[in-house]
Amino acid sequence: MSDVDLTATADEGLVRPNLQRQMFEGRAIKNNLLTVLTWIIAILAAIPLISVIYMLLMRGGTRLFGAGFVEVLTALPPAGFEMGGGIGPAIVGTLTMVAIATLISVPFGIMAAIYLAILGPTSKLATISRFLAKVLTGFPSILAGVFVYAVMVVNFGYSPWAGGIALSVLMLPTVVLAAEEAIAQVPQRMKDAAFGIGCTRTQVIWKVVLPTGLPGILTGVMLAIAGAAGESAPLLFTALFSNYYIESLSAANNPTASLSILIYNFSGMPFENQIELAWTASLVLVLIVLVFNILARLFGQPKV
Amino acid sequence: MSAAAQTVATDTAEFIAEPYQPEGDTVIDCDVKKIFYGDFLAVRDSVVPVEKNKITAFIGPSGCGKSTVLRSLNRMNDLIPVFRFEGTVNYHGQDIYAPNVDPVVVRRYIGMVFQQPNPFSMSIYDNVAFGLKLNKFKGNYDEKVQKALERAALWKEVKDKLKNSGLSLSGGQQQRLCIARAIATEPDVLLMDEPCSALDPIATRQVEELMLELRERFTVGLVTHNMQQATRVGDTTAFFSVDISKGGRTGYLVEMGPTKQVFEDPQQDLTKEYVRGEFS
Repeated sequence: MSDVDLTATADEGLVRPNLQRQMFEGRAIKNNLLTVLTWIIAILAAIPLISVIYMLLMRGGTRLFGAGFVEVLTALPPAGFEMGGGIGPAIVGTLTMVAIATLISVPFGIMAAIYLAILGPTSKLATISRFLAKVLTGFPSILAGVFVYAVMVVNFGYSPWAGGIALSVLMLPTVVLAAEEAIAQVPQRMKDAAFGIGCTRTQVIWKVVLPTGLPGILTGVMLAIAGAAGESAPLLFTALFSNYYIESLSAANNPTASLSILIYNFSGMPFENQIELAWTASLVLVLIVLVFNILARLFGQPKV
Repeated sequence: MSAAAQTVATDTAEFIAEPYQPEGDTVIDCDVKKIFYGDFLAVRDSVVPVEKNKITAFIGPSGCGKSTVLRSLNRMNDLIPVFRFEGTVNYHGQDIYAPNVDPVVVRRYIGMVFQQPNPFSMSIYDNVAFGLKLNKFKGNYDEKVQKALERAALWKEVKDKLKNSGLSLSGGQQQRLCIARAIATEPDVLLMDEPCSALDPIATRQVEELMLELRERFTVGLVTHNMQQATRVGDTTAFFSVDISKGGRTGYLVEMGPTKQVFEDPQQDLTKEYVRGEFS
């Protein structure tokens, strides 16, 4: 028997509870006020982002989505009072240096993550590296540029390699931490299954752990790429800038264009054409970052 | 059994079960002296022979070390860094704990099915073919995969969706997939660590029927919480108990014999109480 007799009738003295919503009760008023407040705050938080994108689309979109978009995306930047021109070298330069940074940071990052997550998760080396990786995620990006300047540029001059290495310093901690988490999330029972069937530890890592953790690893890599593509400070010291397409991957005296430095250079010029191109380059950069962010979300989705 | 070995709860710390002498051939002669996790003595003094083409059931209350002993039989416990084994496990006359033995090779002959179904996140076909690829099998994969799935009583249900993920199957199907994966490489012995504890009664019945068929080809070691399961499929039963008299929780073998005898005419008081359900 329960405490409440559900079959009781009114004449037994049981008051029927009122379950209807009371609009002007203190509790309800507070609830509604807070709901409205969170809405307003959420909209306020979105205003800067939306206005930036709006401005980019308005001012950069005319050239990018106009008739001359092929020229804008491929031509060399204009000089002085020249009309037309484009941001081709900067797009290629940014993509090249991001590719170099990815090629360096991904293998190192994943190997480090395997060590952190599987081989020695509690070792002193792992504890220290994990802490340093977390510190590095907040590393001022300009210092990465200064570091590579001191190590490479002083000896060999500006090059896409110097730029790529500076970016890889910034990408590495993101890749390491995301990959470690993805690898650590592979269930122990899946590893047990692989050991139980007669895998060596190397085979367990290559055949089971990495394929299972791949979506998470790729998400981390894409976010790191998106972050690196938009960096300007580290490139200022390492790749400098160039008005021409990179002709070789030489690591000596080979200054390379990038979107972020082009934006910086052109936005300060007294020419309408250059300022317009700076807006266009900004929009292209945001679109590149957006593409990698979308890829990160796609890879992150579990597929069963 | 001598009268001196008859136990009361207080002197279990000294008790050592009389070794079971099987009539047929044994595949694994397991003689555990001591198993430690760090300083913790988990299991002591248990002799468990596993007979060829029979199902040896390991029963006992929680924490009695039955899983620990089973997982020692193919060196799965080596993956736990603090694990230490004292004793011998003779597999066809070779001690698998000898220093020159490679545990990876041991596990290819002595396969394992786990408590939780644990298919890899790859297709059903690749799950079964995984062990074959590992052993660099050269031959007809399709045929081998089909045979393993048929033996695991799963072929009819999955033959049209071999490309689907193994994780898309139901719990019972996943467990049969894991059994197919384990038997695809034709191991000599199959160790099953509570293979039905995550399954519903229908799936349990299917897996039990499967075990009885597998017995024809393989030797099976089975840990189970379910005493009815031990009586249904076990040929031999080893009953473990846990000794808490010294403040620790050390498991040990109490009695081992043909299943019928252990359940209907147990020699030890502890076994009697347990099989009657007087404690658990």
